[in-house]
Amino acid sequence: MHNSHDVQVPLGPQHPALKEPESFLITLRGEKITAINIKLGYNHRGIEKACEERTYTQDVYLIERICGICSHSHSTCFVQAVEEIASIDIGMRAKYIRTLIAELERVHSHLLWLGVAGHEIGFDTLLMYTWRDREVVMDLLATLTGNRVNYGINTIGGVRRDISKEQGKEILKGVDLLEERTKYYIKIATQETTIIKRLSGVGVLSKEDALRLGAVGPTARASGIKRDVRKDDPYAAYSELDFKVITDDHADVYGRTVVRVLELMESYKMIRQIIKNIPEGPISVKVPRKIPAGEALSRYEAPRGEDVHYVKANGTEKPERVKVRAPTLANIQSVAKMLEDRYLADMPIVIAAIDPCFSCTDRLISLRNYKSKNKKIVTWDKVRLAGINWYSKQGVDFTKLNKKFLIP
Amino acid sequence: MIKEIFQILIFPGVAFLFAFGLAAEFIDRKFCARFQNRIGPPWFQPFADFIKLLGKEDIVPGDADLTIFRLMPVFALTSSITAFFYIPLWGRQALFSFNGDVIVVLYLLTIPTLTYFLGGWYSRSVYSMIGAIRSLTQLFAYEVPLFLSILASALLADSWSLSGICGFYAKHPGYWVANLLGFGIALISLLGKLEKVPFDIPEAETEIVAGSFTEYSGRLLALFRVSIDIEMVVGASLLAAVFLPFALNVAPALGFIIYLAKVILIVIFIALARSLFARLRIDQMISLCWRVLAPLAFLQVLIDLFIKGAMR
Repeated sequence: MHNSHDVQVPLGPQHPALKEPESFLITLRGEKITAINIKLGYNHRGIEKACEERTYTQDVYLIERICGICSHSHSTCFVQAVEEIASIDIGMRAKYIRTLIAELERVHSHLLWLGVAGHEIGFDTLLMYTWRDREVVMDLLATLTGNRVNYGINTIGGVRRDISKEQGKEILKGVDLLEERTKYYIKIATQETTIIKRLSGVGVLSKEDALRLGAVGPTARASGIKRDVRKDDPYAAYSELDFKVITDDHADVYGRTVVRVLELMESYKMIRQIIKNIPEGPISVKVPRKIPAGEALSRYEAPRGEDVHYVKANGTEKPERVKVRAPTLANIQSVAKMLEDRYLADMPIVIAAIDPCFSCTDRLISLRNYKSKNKKIVTWDKVRLAGINWYSKQGVDFTKLNKKFLIP
Repeated sequence: MIKEIFQILIFPGVAFLFAFGLAAEFIDRKFCARFQNRIGPPWFQPFADFIKLLGKEDIVPGDADLTIFRLMPVFALTSSITAFFYIPLWGRQALFSFNGDVIVVLYLLTIPTLTYFLGGWYSRSVYSMIGAIRSLTQLFAYEVPLFLSILASALLADSWSLSGICGFYAKHPGYWVANLLGFGIALISLLGKLEKVPFDIPEAETEIVAGSFTEYSGRLLALFRVSIDIEMVVGASLLAAVFLPFALNVAPALGFIIYLAKVILIVIFIALARSLFARLRIDQMISLCWRVLAPLAFLQVLIDLFIKGAMR
């Protein structure tokens, strides 16, 4: 495949099209993509390991910081797992509030995505408009929880803030405005010629491929797969809400856009139902500091797709193991398939169409010694030793520090 | 002699063009911002950007061809400025004119695109090289409809000089209406020439960073930026002279204001296109130019030939 006409173009780790560091090394022949090499792992933060060192309550706040956009998704997913282990029923009011924040978060995430998609195809007006309207939902979230992104409303055993009747009215007002604006965006996204030219037929992922590659969320639903955790395995208050799972058969970026804008309308519908039907009751129950031994897997439909958390408890106040599978990890496999025989110009929008969140995805880092023959993986001990040696060469003496950390 | 030097260097020459170029960039940015529901920059922003870039360090990539890399911004600037002297601005007469200057102006306006290509190509960076190739590919797509539509207007006027064309339309008021189709084609082609949305493919930010200009910085980038601004004004002036030749017999002061209004109208159109459209792909752009614009330009030529036949 590789010949002298091919050009290798690095998109990333630093590139204007990407909001987070990840590397796409693409091989081009003319404008056509012939090969693509995706490399993640620029943003490993060791959150899973850090969770094992902290108590459950501290973990809620740490987990919330996995993602800047779907922070509520991750924290809810985690607390659900912990509550399942401790077999706690948090009561309906808390569940409704969690669902309300979740849907508001979906609205702000999808509006953000619509703007990013517009920017990737050079249509900045859409970016400016959607991000302006996104302020409405961000302000709502700020009045409800005190924060615009990391809401901090979840706690093990319920939620931390109640919502008042006045806040409910404010939300309804905001939702009315947003619904009107969203109808306008649906019109733009489905009728504007240059947008359709850039979106339809781009990044096609057939239903079979989507199933085989394990796509989740709007990416899967745009390929005609009716898969939504909110319907399939209802959590929080979703079993009591009336909503449709939006699917589309275009199977391309256009379909993914349609799914997301129509999901916005479903979210508005759900928010109205929540405000109307929210039951009275306590917003949280008391949970012992020590969670009994056990394990649980929690599923959650984040704006980007299914989010999975696994928690193993050992009877202490710290978890034995926390495993996070962010939705982007499930979708990233399909990007290479979508980009087969496409043009360089389609690359940014196809990557953006899965709504990637790479720093949320990074759960692993492996160091390889590229000087050695078989590029062996360097073990933890050797990295430590190399670090200690490097610092002692700089004149930093570790012997004065706690002896047990030193490797002889 | 002194009068001519004044005309070349100050008004309506280099200094005026420089100021008007930056003002046009401001109008473009401000209108685009207002269309996008933003506040937009203050009036001196383009000038402040220019000054700031002048004060920055020039960084030349190690592999780049130093001579070409440094010369290209100067070439881009000078060729646009030179073209300006042959375009009648207000009144019928340009600063300089000879029979055949239409061709020379079109040629001079092609040079900036070639400098983008050469500057990008000799930067030896992947993004610059892809941007350079795209500039050149795009050049072959929009030049034909642009040339055809301008030549159609020249055909009707029976003159190969821009001053001659203006003179004809001043003598026969109302005839310019016949060229409105050509005006539309030329406007769209001008978007391609200036690499503005939806034809900003050679500098598509989300794909190839800044295309040809990726490696440019400091004074060289400032020169390139100002040459793009000036090219915008010169291109708009050319279209105004060829396709909007009305109100040419008025007093110079009023004529000057009308000229400014014509150019600003075209600049606002550019800003409007920027806020209305998404960026096309290069293949879509080429097929648009060859399948739609070029046949329409031929139609414009036919229309002008018929009118010319009817005039006899």
